[in-house]
Amino acid sequence: MITVVKPGLLTTVQDLGRPGYQQYGIVVGGALDGFSTRVANLILGNDDNAAVLEMAQTGPDLRFETETLVAWCGADFEARIGNESLPRDRPVRIAAGETLSFGFARSGLRAWLAVAGGIDEPLVLGSRSTYRRAGIGGHQGRPLVAGDQLAAGKLSERSQQLLGSLHTQGRRATGWSVRPQTLGGAMVAGTMRAVIGPEWDWFTAESQQAFFSTEWQATKEADRMGVRLQGPALELVKPREMISSAVNTGIVQVPSAGQPIVLLPSRQSVGGYPRLAAVAAVDVGRFTQLRPGDKVRFQKIPLATAHEIHLARERELNLIRMGLARLTA
Amino acid sequence: MRITPLGDTALTIELGDSIDESTHGRVRGAWQALQAPPLPAVTELVPAYTSVTLFYDPYAAVQAGAPDAGIVEWLSGKVRERLKNPPKSEKVKPRTVEIPVCYDGEFGADLGLVAKHTRLSIDEVINRHCKADYLVYLIGFAPGFPYLGGLPKELNAPRHAKPRMNVAPGSVGIAGNQTGIYPLDTPGGWNLIGRTPLRLFTPEKDPPVLLRAGDRVKFRAISAGEFAKLETSR
Repeated sequence: MITVVKPGLLTTVQDLGRPGYQQYGIVVGGALDGFSTRVANLILGNDDNAAVLEMAQTGPDLRFETETLVAWCGADFEARIGNESLPRDRPVRIAAGETLSFGFARSGLRAWLAVAGGIDEPLVLGSRSTYRRAGIGGHQGRPLVAGDQLAAGKLSERSQQLLGSLHTQGRRATGWSVRPQTLGGAMVAGTMRAVIGPEWDWFTAESQQAFFSTEWQATKEADRMGVRLQGPALELVKPREMISSAVNTGIVQVPSAGQPIVLLPSRQSVGGYPRLAAVAAVDVGRFTQLRPGDKVRFQKIPLATAHEIHLARERELNLIRMGLARLTA
Repeated sequence: MRITPLGDTALTIELGDSIDESTHGRVRGAWQALQAPPLPAVTELVPAYTSVTLFYDPYAAVQAGAPDAGIVEWLSGKVRERLKNPPKSEKVKPRTVEIPVCYDGEFGADLGLVAKHTRLSIDEVINRHCKADYLVYLIGFAPGFPYLGGLPKELNAPRHAKPRMNVAPGSVGIAGNQTGIYPLDTPGGWNLIGRTPLRLFTPEKDPPVLLRAGDRVKFRAISAGEFAKLETSR
């Protein structure tokens, strides 16, 4: 059992989302960075889709009743047990009765905490993700509050082996780690790769150029559905009404005021604003680390390049998966 | 037909450029043809007014035989092939769903406004709202929220400049040339003309929604007494 001593700013139970129900108006949602979530689970020996805790800005304080393993990926939180600082991106052993405190994110915004066995919540429409607006999924359909009690699922053989090995050696964490941000090849900090969107041609040449040359600023109008950016107003060649159509995570839509919005996984299933571009799927996770006021640029890449990077990252993860199976603590 | 990438994990198949029943028919046909059996690497299909969008996993596509540098072409080929030779399946007849609506009292809080705007009596607004046939073009915005076509022109009324902070689930509204039903307690700027005791979104059920794209809808006026009875028996 895990007791929520302090909930943090916005801590929710998430997995890889609820695909298959967009046709009914139900959002996919799930962890805002699915790749980091998969890595955190992989590190521990969990299923990729095991439920994790997503935290933002200020993380939770959690008391563990039984000895277990945890791992988190994402922002650099000042995680500690008592005075002992803890490393991210690797299995960390928590002894029975210890309280894990995440504190503030020193850089970035969000992290995903996996617990050996996964957070055990009932599946709602095939997922354990919290869908706040509908009040379903996750822990009672809402963010965590102080006093909540969470259960973890059964530990896999791999988790038991890792935990046993750390326990026997009296160690807190493994020497090895897996950093999701480093997979998939080189990237430029603060620059997100993007492909053009379905309504690219609706925008003036100046606006097309401005989108890829501007240093945009993330605004406070940001949540799990999307982030509004501030910069020069983007304009259409001529006023046009769009017929509502499907949207995707990463889509950059431009309402009539001209300030773009980048859609995140809890986006609606359909939208009615022109879609200028789309952040490459491999960079959506990095995008969710932006805080209000942070600067961000977009680099135009062909769709085939976006796929190449995507495939390279998946293949790298596969190699790591095979390598980890041979590693002990 | 045009196939357009929607980011690097989805393709939109465009089947028209106006909101009308014949476009809807093509959307429905394509949606059905792509559904069963599912194409390789496709994770979900989302129909809209003039298109069907197909979400895919690029890595699964390559595992299923797509060349690394030609995933979109490979998948588009599969789509065209499937739409040219759709699998033989029984034509699913559109369902007609009757929605009981109580137009009385607070449920129809904006009926007076709509009547004034349309220069019809309140009874006549209700009459015409019930008499029309509606088509669910798509579901979106919120779980189970139907984008309905078929509101009689004379019932058009502008949305509120200042939206209400809370609109009760089941509320039936009119805004512009649209009529719809709120599935969840949400803020909303539509003119509220009635309320249905039916639940539009029931997460425990499969499918979890009352209405689906392609359904025909009829509204039926009920009394406050019938509303209460239906609400307790749902």
